[in-house]
Amino acid sequence: MKPKKRESILGYLYISPWIIGFLIFTAGPMMASIYFSFCDYQLLIPPKWVGISNYIRIFFNDQLFLKSLWNTFYYTVGSITLGVLGSLFLAVLLNQRVRGETIFRSMFYLPTLTPAVAMAILWGWLFNTEFGLINRTLSKIGIQGPAWLYSTEWVIPAFIIMSLWGIGGSRMIILLAGLQGIPQELYDAAEVDGVNWWTRLRYITLPLLSPSIFFVIVTGIIGSFQIFTASYIMTGGGPANASLFYVLYLYRNAFEYFKMGYASALAWILFIIIITLTLFQFKLAGKWVYYGGQ
Amino acid sequence: MKPRRIYFFSRSLLYIFLAFAGLLLLIPLLWALSTSFKEPSQIYTEHSPWIPKPIVWENYIEVWRALPFATFYINSLIITVIPTLGATLSALLVAYGFARFNFPLKDIFFYVVLSTMMIPPQVTIIPVFLIFKNLGWIDTFYPLIIPSFLGGGAFNIFLLRQFFMTIPKELDDAAKIDGCSSFDILWKILIPLLKPAITTVAILTFIGHWNDFMGPLIYLKSLQKYPLALGLRFFQTHFGGIVGGTAHHNLLMAASILSLIPCFVLFIAAQKYFIQGIVMSGLKQ
Repeated sequence: MKPKKRESILGYLYISPWIIGFLIFTAGPMMASIYFSFCDYQLLIPPKWVGISNYIRIFFNDQLFLKSLWNTFYYTVGSITLGVLGSLFLAVLLNQRVRGETIFRSMFYLPTLTPAVAMAILWGWLFNTEFGLINRTLSKIGIQGPAWLYSTEWVIPAFIIMSLWGIGGSRMIILLAGLQGIPQELYDAAEVDGVNWWTRLRYITLPLLSPSIFFVIVTGIIGSFQIFTASYIMTGGGPANASLFYVLYLYRNAFEYFKMGYASALAWILFIIIITLTLFQFKLAGKWVYYGGQ
Repeated sequence: MKPRRIYFFSRSLLYIFLAFAGLLLLIPLLWALSTSFKEPSQIYTEHSPWIPKPIVWENYIEVWRALPFATFYINSLIITVIPTLGATLSALLVAYGFARFNFPLKDIFFYVVLSTMMIPPQVTIIPVFLIFKNLGWIDTFYPLIIPSFLGGGAFNIFLLRQFFMTIPKELDDAAKIDGCSSFDILWKILIPLLKPAITTVAILTFIGHWNDFMGPLIYLKSLQKYPLALGLRFFQTHFGGIVGGTAHHNLLMAASILSLIPCFVLFIAAQKYFIQGIVMSGLKQ
């Protein structure tokens, strides 16, 4: 056998676990899921082709779809905006050549290691209206805390606050690595010119960090659109569907009501929303993300 | 003020602020820890203290008595450790294939690997569920274990491939002249060199599986099969009420604390690998 052919065969052999996995668990299911999304499929009865009627019902005749989409948007905007700012802030602080950086970094990172279920239980307790630490602290400074998880108005802010517990996690570490990659000479030169900290931040730090910021925003939005465990555990989507997030609604349709066709259509809409948002951000990126030397 | 004093002042402020932020982020955990050692009369009162008095160690024993907690722990370990081994091994082979061999369509395949990271799992979850249902694997560990062996996850493949690329290929060539097979090269030469990267991948995979909730929720039905994530949930609905009712928060917190110990221990023991993995994930931009 020619060495080149031999190499090809070996290469395919090594990547074959991935090829098999991809066909069985990604490509095949994706095609099946498109097909199901055009079917009435109640699990026990074989799928029946119904054309686009699932999609029509979702868009024109499903209040909960709109509600869950809105809830998810609201949560995403809040948690990403505040979360990225928070992570950026911590990263900038840690980047001041701090002694004991490892200790602070571990303190900041630790919360994100808490398993999702434990985290939801823990925060459910913190948000407890009567005995929760948050409302108790608020009452000490004379504020009557809201009913948080029982309040249609405050339940999403509560989830956003909970998500901010993760500002010291992976996102901050990526931003910190980005900050540490900015050449010190630039700051030294700015110092010689007597530039103040705001100008340094505005014209050196932010432009050079923009690729990292862009990355954490894109991946953050994809992640936050998939919020599920917290609302499943803490509120079950309530009160009055005020914390019904998209994936929770999808999960219910699929695994509680066994409407596999309808849930597949919801899944594809989610996929298309995520792709659209991501592409839109890439398009926008040209305006504010700075890739060195271009 | 003299510049030195300004410097000293701003440095102190920085450290105070960092310590404050760190403490603020740790408060929820400390409060959970404190609650877990309290007796009910100290929990459901307006003046619940930070330091429990008395310290009720028995809460932790009670948790093990109230539920088959040991079984949950063992189940969690099974559906975490085996997939971690499978995913790491599988991702190593695939990454090696992508990093060291030339074959037709390689670049396209690699793009496909990368783009699968974008697909939300909800898109495939229903057909995958149906596959396992038809195999009669509902309420078994197989659906949570088998997929890990087939590819090991796009992110892990990507990460390991990046690390393979940092090792000079001359090393392989020299070994080949000495008569090593491609598998020998991987096993005897490259894997020892890649130990830090492999540790990183293994740790991140471990945490991911340990924390998984939706997978076990969909596939496991009977209490004896529950991992910690489902066990905690069961505990919460039976002893806590859905929106944090006021029944047994000390036990609920003790159970939660017990569930997070492995991740914390792993983090403290292998911090540098964590950080390395996360930083690498940011490099794919």
